Amino acid sequence: MREVAVIGIGITKFGELWDSSFREMGIMAGLAALADAKVSSEEVDAIYVGNMSAGRYIEQEHVAALIADYSGLARDHIPATRVEAAGASGGLAMRQAYLAIASGMHDMVVVGGAEKMTDVGDSESNAIQSSAADQQWESVFGATFPSLHAMIARRHMFQYGTTREQIAQVAVKNHLHGSLNPNAQFQREIDLKTVLRSPPVAEPLGLFDCAPNSDGAAAVVLCSLDKARRYAEAPIKILASAQASDTLALHSRADICTFEATRFAARKAFKQANIGPQDIHLAEVHDNFTISEILAIEDLGFFTKGQGGKAVEDGLTKLGGQVAVNTSGGLKARGDPIGATGVAQIVELVQQLRGQAGKRQVQGARYALAQNVGGTGATAIVHILGVA
Amino acid sequence: MTTARFWRDNATRYNLMATRCGSCGKVSFPPRHVCPICHRRSLGKMEMFRLSGKGEVYSFSLVHDAPAAFELQKPYIVAMIKMDEGVMMTAQLSDCEYPEVKIGMRVKATLRKIGEEGTGGVIHYGYKFMPERIAPPVETPL
Repeated sequence: MREVAVIGIGITKFGELWDSSFREMGIMAGLAALADAKVSSEEVDAIYVGNMSAGRYIEQEHVAALIADYSGLARDHIPATRVEAAGASGGLAMRQAYLAIASGMHDMVVVGGAEKMTDVGDSESNAIQSSAADQQWESVFGATFPSLHAMIARRHMFQYGTTREQIAQVAVKNHLHGSLNPNAQFQREIDLKTVLRSPPVAEPLGLFDCAPNSDGAAAVVLCSLDKARRYAEAPIKILASAQASDTLALHSRADICTFEATRFAARKAFKQANIGPQDIHLAEVHDNFTISEILAIEDLGFFTKGQGGKAVEDGLTKLGGQVAVNTSGGLKARGDPIGATGVAQIVELVQQLRGQAGKRQVQGARYALAQNVGGTGATAIVHILGVA
Repeated sequence: MTTARFWRDNATRYNLMATRCGSCGKVSFPPRHVCPICHRRSLGKMEMFRLSGKGEVYSFSLVHDAPAAFELQKPYIVAMIKMDEGVMMTAQLSDCEYPEVKIGMRVKATLRKIGEEGTGGVIHYGYKFMPERIAPPVETPL
């Protein structure tokens, strides 16, 4: 296995980008990543594109070839592969590219992630997102994606005494972080009352407990570490890449307050990186709902099970806290264009490890982790990056 | 959803059919071909049986934002039900109000309309759960 580095990053603004098409966003992010890496496109060996549901959002399948084409690479005939694992599509695309380079098959790969969600209405988007759950045995009975997470939240409150306020504090913190990120969809701070008084979506969760529908794209350029120094003075090394799966339906799990896929992927990743949770300076975790972040920081080992809510309330996951979680604003405030999310997480880690995160910089950041989740925890991807 | 995609699961939905692994006894719903514990040793030993239909609420939510197919039902209660046989399933609760629902509340399955395909389309039936305390409706003679 060869070592792999990130040498370039690119991202669009996230939000309701009425003027931008799927392909435009994908290409803008990809070209920005190539420019950042100082790589020209003919040096690229392959492309991986994370995308959940272009077929339903914009009625366009076959999007990897589309992105390769509009990136000007059609005549190079490079392999272009779309990767889908619902919300974890971007992280899985990243992992596929990592594996391709680690194996020696490719030297230079672009990973893109994109979703164009606002071309359909909220109701249709809700239905599309629910297809990440078990269509035949959950969604068909009216269990929406937010309601499955609401049931996790209620159970977490029941089992561990987690409070509604502690769960809401995740949104407050992530909006604070988002206010420091010029690419975030929401750049305004909010207070606890705003979250608690927001219209109910699936009780006990309300609108401000849910990541928004977003358009956006992100891209990174990966290269074998031995070649990376030709392009970057300080390449960021991928210390670990891990993936795990679990039952598709939430109801098939013995305990819904733990995502075993996250725990398994984290365990494998920490072993590969030869570090532990206490060594991580910052983490981008999959806060598609506020409760998801509480599960994540527990399952990743930052806090013991049941203590996640209190950790958030005590400010331990804020910038300057014990471990800075979702410095980008997370899915909640940065935005969640589904296929782009896992790649956007990597973009944030690289900015932080390079010391280029501006007002939200985590001082002395050397180790950073990204956790990307598909469905209600049926797929989990964990990457650990470090200063090479 | 196309009609076939729905009706091919009707037998399971209407009768709450589950499988029990003949090797380790683990119960699965919906029915599975392979036991997640015994793997290959379970092949050909997965026995179909009918769940009692009784269980308790494991968790629940009141759904306000729903896809178009459920627009007319909202707000409605969805729940995860832990069946007495140990297996869990997701369904709506009926014949009760949200404030009275509690984790641990005893419920029983009831056959109900789940949805329909537009005003002139097929009506889909399946299970919902109602509090165990409710007696079945008494037919009154005309």
